Amino acid sequence: MQSITYTCTDTPEAALAAFSNAGEGARFIAGGTTLYDLMKLGIETPAHIIDVSDIDGFDAIETEGDTLRIGAMARMADVAVHPVIRDEYPVLAESLLKAASQQIRNMAMVGGNLLQRTRCIYFRNGAGGISPCNKREPGSGCAAIGGLDRGQALLGASSACTAVFPGDWPVALIALGASVDVLGLNGRRTIPVAELYRLPGDTPHIEFSLTSDEIVTAITVPKWPARRSTYHKIRDRESYAFALVSAAVVLEMQGNTVLQARVALGGVASIPWRATEAETALVGHPLTRTRALAAGRAAFANARPGQHNAFKLTLGPEVIADALMIAAKRIA
Amino acid sequence: MSNEFQQEPAQPDDIQASEVMNDDQRATFLPMTRRETLGLGTFLTASAFLPMPSWAQQNTTLGTSPTRWEPGTTTRIATRVNGVPVNINIDTRASLLDMLRERLELVGAKKGCDHGQCGACTVHVDGRRVVSCLTLAAKVDGHEVTTVEGLSDGEILHPMQQAFIDHDALQCGYCTPGQIMAGIACVNEGNAMSPELIREYMSGNICRCGAYVGIVRAIEDAAREMGES
Repeated sequence: MQSITYTCTDTPEAALAAFSNAGEGARFIAGGTTLYDLMKLGIETPAHIIDVSDIDGFDAIETEGDTLRIGAMARMADVAVHPVIRDEYPVLAESLLKAASQQIRNMAMVGGNLLQRTRCIYFRNGAGGISPCNKREPGSGCAAIGGLDRGQALLGASSACTAVFPGDWPVALIALGASVDVLGLNGRRTIPVAELYRLPGDTPHIEFSLTSDEIVTAITVPKWPARRSTYHKIRDRESYAFALVSAAVVLEMQGNTVLQARVALGGVASIPWRATEAETALVGHPLTRTRALAAGRAAFANARPGQHNAFKLTLGPEVIADALMIAAKRIA
Repeated sequence: MSNEFQQEPAQPDDIQASEVMNDDQRATFLPMTRRETLGLGTFLTASAFLPMPSWAQQNTTLGTSPTRWEPGTTTRIATRVNGVPVNINIDTRASLLDMLRERLELVGAKKGCDHGQCGACTVHVDGRRVVSCLTLAAKVDGHEVTTVEGLSDGEILHPMQQAFIDHDALQCGYCTPGQIMAGIACVNEGNAMSPELIREYMSGNICRCGAYVGIVRAIEDAAREMGES
């Protein structure tokens, strides 16, 4: 790991000033659980680290008004057990509690978690490693294509990159149509969480639509009835593992008829994946297991499996169907 | 808090074992650490083939090397570890785990994977469990750190430590300090109310010997004990 400077700031103005003064190679850090991990692997090589985790007030959770506003520096463990989030937005609470371990949830912040990088084994193989990776070293190739691709994407991938976005929380947030407030040298802006992520295309090394001077300051979730929601996550072991397939679902129902459905997927796509085909297959129909499974299949209609991940064509629709049935049983 | 630690504030560049535990106390407690024994073994093996340099003959106090030189950019941090003030210059890249093990000679927290995947390095920062391998040491400036060394009251073990012994909750013991620190936090968080909950909230601590049955029982037992104390 190359030598770094470390600056801890307590106001957003100080953080931006520190970023400007630091020059080349400056990076913001919050909990650091992704950045520091990848620094140890030689994949991230910042020269200057500006710590924004202690900025005053950036960890507040506000539930008044017509949006839920969650400070980006709130810790995953705290957001997961906030009474309003736990009771009114089970999909959010579950996505946090089924991610990482309690130790990491105590460190990682909900803003930084949006920017978690892929767990693709070839990406993590390290700088100078034997496996080429277009995300790590643009233009070097992709060892995952035709390689061990059990964990690679079936949706959204390109001929340059099949890495999966590994997170859970952003999947739940896009199901709810959440946005992020961003602060940078050019001021503030608000963008939908879904627009944070870029499909790999020919430029898999450009993953997010943020510039390096921008800090996520808050996440806003429009308030709508979300008690009939769940985050269903299937893993290789029951806890503390990344998703093989996960589904965030939110249902609005009248009797047994689906009025509105939101479905998003984790573990199978290059970015947190909104499954609009599944939603369309549900709206206006009575919810049965058969209908739910058909919706699940619709979500994978355009999936392109590799050598070792085709099992997700079967597993995926089942996970979506189970998630829908779990959510539907909940009292609105 | 352990009375084996000095109570007065440490000096700047406080980096030696002698400031955490003075030599007399340590001689009584443990004549020679495992690390020193290993180091000495290497040295004696080497010295059988090499002429012994004069400094080696004079240096009779093992584990008290001169002021540590840090190779990169450093940052000054002031923290408390197991109640003892620590004020040191540390490489900005260093993890809390490396600070504890390499600078403060608190080797309870273990380096298993060094990537936050195994939990062997679990310690508490401001009473909350974290993996110290993914915590930049610089981040604990102004915060309070507790390690497994800070749990016992002299010879009286923390209920969680005692429960791990009572339930045979280990085989090799490498993950145990992390399990114990995570277990205490699990109880304090209110996540030890059932075996199912304990298993879920202890999933960040891997035990390759597979002592999980004993670990869950130990935490259930300690939770009762901690509730009563």
